[in-house]
Amino acid sequence: MSISGHGDASLAIRARGISRRFGSLLAVDRVDLDVPRAAVYGFLGPNGSGKSTTIRMLCGLLMPSAGTIEVLGLRVPEQAEQLKQRMGYMTQRFSLFEDLSIRENLNFMATVQGLDRTAARKRVAALIAQYHFGDRAGQLAGTLSGGQRQRLALACAVVHEPELLLLDEPTSAVDPESRRDFWEKLFDLADAGTTILVSSHYMDEAERCHRLAILDHGRLVADGTPAELSAALEGRALLVRSVAPRRLREIITADTGVVSVAQIGNELRVLTIPDYRGLAVLSAALRSIDAEAQVERVKPTLEDVFVAATQGRTPESRTPPQ
Amino acid sequence: MNLHRLGAIVSKELRQLRRDRMTLGMVIGIPVLQLLLFGFAINMDVRRLPAAIADESATSASRAIVQDLLATEVIQQVATARTADELVELLRQGRISVGIAIPHDFERRRGEGRELIQVMVDGSDSVVQSAARQLAQLPILQAQTGGSQMAAPISVLSFYNPERRSPVNIVPGLIGVILTLTMVLFTSIAIVRERERGNMELLITTPVTSAELMIGKVLPYIGLGLIQTSVVLLLGVWIFAVPIRGSVLDVYLSALLLIAANLSLGLLISTQARTQFQAMQMTFFVFLPSILLSGFMFPFAGMPAFAQWIAQLLPLTHFIRLIRGVMLRGASLGELMPSVLALLVFTTIMMALAILKFRKRLD
Ligand SMILES: Nc1ncnc2c1ncn2[C@@H]1O[C@H](COP(=O)(O)OP(=O)(O)O)[C@@H](O)[C@H]1O
Ligand SMILES: [Mg+2]
Repeated sequence: MSISGHGDASLAIRARGISRRFGSLLAVDRVDLDVPRAAVYGFLGPNGSGKSTTIRMLCGLLMPSAGTIEVLGLRVPEQAEQLKQRMGYMTQRFSLFEDLSIRENLNFMATVQGLDRTAARKRVAALIAQYHFGDRAGQLAGTLSGGQRQRLALACAVVHEPELLLLDEPTSAVDPESRRDFWEKLFDLADAGTTILVSSHYMDEAERCHRLAILDHGRLVADGTPAELSAALEGRALLVRSVAPRRLREIITADTGVVSVAQIGNELRVLTIPDYRGLAVLSAALRSIDAEAQVERVKPTLEDVFVAATQGRTPESRTPPQ
Repeated sequence: MNLHRLGAIVSKELRQLRRDRMTLGMVIGIPVLQLLLFGFAINMDVRRLPAAIADESATSASRAIVQDLLATEVIQQVATARTADELVELLRQGRISVGIAIPHDFERRRGEGRELIQVMVDGSDSVVQSAARQLAQLPILQAQTGGSQMAAPISVLSFYNPERRSPVNIVPGLIGVILTLTMVLFTSIAIVRERERGNMELLITTPVTSAELMIGKVLPYIGLGLIQTSVVLLLGVWIFAVPIRGSVLDVYLSALLLIAANLSLGLLISTQARTQFQAMQMTFFVFLPSILLSGFMFPFAGMPAFAQWIAQLLPLTHFIRLIRGVMLRGASLGELMPSVLALLVFTTIMMALAILKFRKRLD
């Protein structure tokens, strides 16, 4: 392994205190990241929380305003050029050539990544088969569907078999089935030893990551394994069942111990502050409106983790009820 | 510089060009349209200026000169005058634009080699003024004086184009005008478009170097530029009988020099422009002075010093000197070294700046 200043060879990415300013906007604010090798690392956050900006700093596309970054033992941005041969990057927006065919795009990326003619031909043929493009390799990339485009972009990003993949919201414009396929491919890659950092705002995808980091307003608000993150919320998630959920919702929202309420069918999912003591009072208030209403503590999900991390830092800052 | 990667970029660019009907159409369409427009529609030569001639000497020699002047068709006799004073009066009334006075001691002046003829012009019209100046420099007047001691400087224009046909002057320069417009525009837009479409973000995360990216991007356009040159040359020779007195190789080498200069300028623009529209604006910012100051439309010698100074910075100025030299005067590139060097220096500086300014980063 290469010798790095900090010498932790088990980490693919190590970032300390990275910030990025755009004029007066602090898009990324003192973020620390430790991404272990051969893991699928999820990068979660609402739109505009700084995911793309962070990823761009990690691959040397943007200069950090502050902080240090080490990727695969290389200092970024100083050694970014060396890093480029060892990593693959999938941009948030489709960035392949729409007026080139699938095969032409793959050939181009293979050559540009330094594969010689015979190696490129073999690799492209293998990728076309592996990514199910066999019958349409001559089709122009601009005419592909959302799911096909993302598959092609992934194939291009891995054409040189990089050690590290940075994927910026790869499944945001993709139907559920294509998303499942896509994630299968990611796990195949991770099993083969590739480190994958993938940003997303889908909770089901977050659930599948080995580790997660949640970003909000440019700040890292939570990180850990999905199990650790949910366990930290133990006792804070409530489920309310009622025939009149809309009316109950007003009462729940008015409770200062409640961080957020979300309606799912006839159920209300409630997240409380830590050490919430008002459960008995709340239940009584709810039953006074709907005698049948049931309130119970439930196991927190990643959805709750996300809500707690991005909205409920303090009860005052929670979003007003819709 | 990795030739393998460079080749990949060139072949990608060629494929994209082949599928870009719009650009390909412009490659042929712009030269054809401009050539026909300038060749047929716009006549920048002045002909049949209203004139009067006061021949106070009335000798056979003076009458011969009058006949020669009229034969040029630059002037047309619309009034008669007996003295120079009458000419001035006619000028003042606006009935004539040019007055030609042949003094009564014409024969003696001819013997002494003194000024022979006075050409009076309506100086309020600069076009007339310059036409009259050229008239005064016509070789027939030189021949009539029978000596070299008073030879006025002979303008290249009239000497090598005695029929004063417009296309002969215009077609060589038009090659330069078309190359300046299309080459700068195509390259600057091609790169800015990749940035707008997001391709650039992908490209700069690969091991491709700035130099490979820039050079690979412009190489295919050299081919397009040479095609355009051929279109203008062929049409110019066929339709307008424009001569190619020098070597065809020199014509193409000159074109190649201008293409390189313009492509490197286009690259530099592409590093500065954020949108295709900005790239287009910057292109026209260079294109307009090129057309006006390069000597394509107005004689270089007639421009004020500061305009000449700006013109020296424009590739088109040097190209026009090259191409007129080669095509009309039959000069070789070796004889036109200053212009060749100027274009080479321009290309080197622009290319270096472009590669320097191009960052493999988004900020
Ligand atoms: N090049 C830029 N110039 C100015 N502001 C930017 C730029 N890129 C991103 N931003 C701003 O930074 C913030 C974070 O953006 P981004 O990293 O794209 O968020 P995400 O990817 O999580 O949606 C946003 O407010 C965005 O408007
Ligand atoms: Mg983003």
